[in-house]
Amino acid sequence: MMRQLKILDFAIASLRRRKGKSLSIVLVFAFTVAALSSVLLLTHALRSEATQLLAGAPDLVVQRVIAGRHDLIPANYQEQIEKISGVKGVTPRLWGYYFDSLTGSNFTLLGIGDDAPQGLTLLTGRLPKGPDECAIGSGVAEFRGVTIGDDLYLIDQDNLGVGFTIVGLFSSQSDLLTHDLIILEKESLRKFFAFPPGLNTDLAIEVYNPQEVDMVAQKIKREFPAARPITHGEIVRTYDAVFNWRSGMLLSIFSVALVAFCILAWDKATGLSAEERREIGVLKALGWDTGDVLLLKFWEGMVIALTAFLMGMTAALIHVFWLGAPLLAMVVKGWSVLFPEFRLVPYIDLQQIFIIAFLTIVPYLVSTVIPCWRAAVTDPDSVMRG
Amino acid sequence: MSGGRWFLLQSGLLFAALLALLLLCSQRVHRAETDQLPARLQLIHTLKLTDFALWSEARYTRHPSQADWFAPFQDFPSSFEHFPAGSLMGPLPARPATRIEFHRQPSGTKP
Repeated sequence: MMRQLKILDFAIASLRRRKGKSLSIVLVFAFTVAALSSVLLLTHALRSEATQLLAGAPDLVVQRVIAGRHDLIPANYQEQIEKISGVKGVTPRLWGYYFDSLTGSNFTLLGIGDDAPQGLTLLTGRLPKGPDECAIGSGVAEFRGVTIGDDLYLIDQDNLGVGFTIVGLFSSQSDLLTHDLIILEKESLRKFFAFPPGLNTDLAIEVYNPQEVDMVAQKIKREFPAARPITHGEIVRTYDAVFNWRSGMLLSIFSVALVAFCILAWDKATGLSAEERREIGVLKALGWDTGDVLLLKFWEGMVIALTAFLMGMTAALIHVFWLGAPLLAMVVKGWSVLFPEFRLVPYIDLQQIFIIAFLTIVPYLVSTVIPCWRAAVTDPDSVMRG
Repeated sequence: MSGGRWFLLQSGLLFAALLALLLLCSQRVHRAETDQLPARLQLIHTLKLTDFALWSEARYTRHPSQADWFAPFQDFPSSFEHFPAGSLMGPLPARPATRIEFHRQPSGTKP
């Protein structure tokens, strides 16, 4: 133990002699670990949040597809689907998009029936009951500068201004779901968008047994060839694919960080500086055996890799879960005008942290020790002469 | 203090900071699962929501799970994408997630 501590002392002294180089390697290494970890932490948190939240999504959504595009669904679909065994209930959904030219943003308008339960925990106020009432997400409130009790003016399908009194405001805790939402009473939404009577946007279907969802989807498809059933599993799988570190731009960031790390490790592995070779030669001439020299280099590598890993991982956690991933959010945000603030629940996969530790510390140690081993097994005199 | 001891102390402190952050994260997860999750699930269930309100610039980014089959191309298959969110989302696997099999019945049998 004492021997290891002495060699560690020597390793630290050796690193301090090359202070500038050692410090710059630690900083670059830590930045690389932070970039890699931020991508993995962000995507894992988003994916976990999607899995948790979308557990409450409908078992099945049925759309009608005409000429390869989503079309309004007639009432007879609902009547027929209700008769399929295993179906617990069918709720027609009425919703659409509204481009707000005042703010240059898109809102999602959703209609709810009279039977919608009141008393939502994340809603201040209440859901709309009358034709001239609405509830809005915090993004809409912020962009339009309105709050409960104010009027929200929108332009309807006939190009007429319509005012709705805001009776409910969703809390910012639900931003991930309601940021751009405007909830209207179903019939007033129908009038607003001039939906033809008897047609809805799609149908949300509840199934008694979750194991039977695929079977019910097959039956619906057989009964209505123009229907497109989207199962709960498909919704969850979509988000699993969307928030994957392997997708698109996140993979680019991930790859750049990985390549930067490989260059760093490669630079270490391809040779020693003249100063380092002379140091090894001197140590060997002074009576250090090869094992001691390797142990010294192992500790030098460990000091740099462990410090950089701990710094990088700590920085990544703070960046993603305390600061709201501002550096990645610039990439993730895209062209969205209404983009909710990232307040992610910090779901962390410890296995991922161990994998990052293993994939960064071990290759660095190997790339530090191997060239030294090559120098340490040769004659000290020839090593010092170069 | 010797260099070795200084390194051990510094690593211990960094490790403790990391551990403290991980503990705080697990506390936040616990709090979110007990306080926020039921409320958010209630919201999703009541409003029958299917997607996150993250990218509102186009139909296929606002509701990725409800988009047309060739949605990332919007205008026609393999046309250029309009929005950066599309390059973030990545294409879905080419194989369909669910499969419906059809078998030909011997002639004369009724379904």
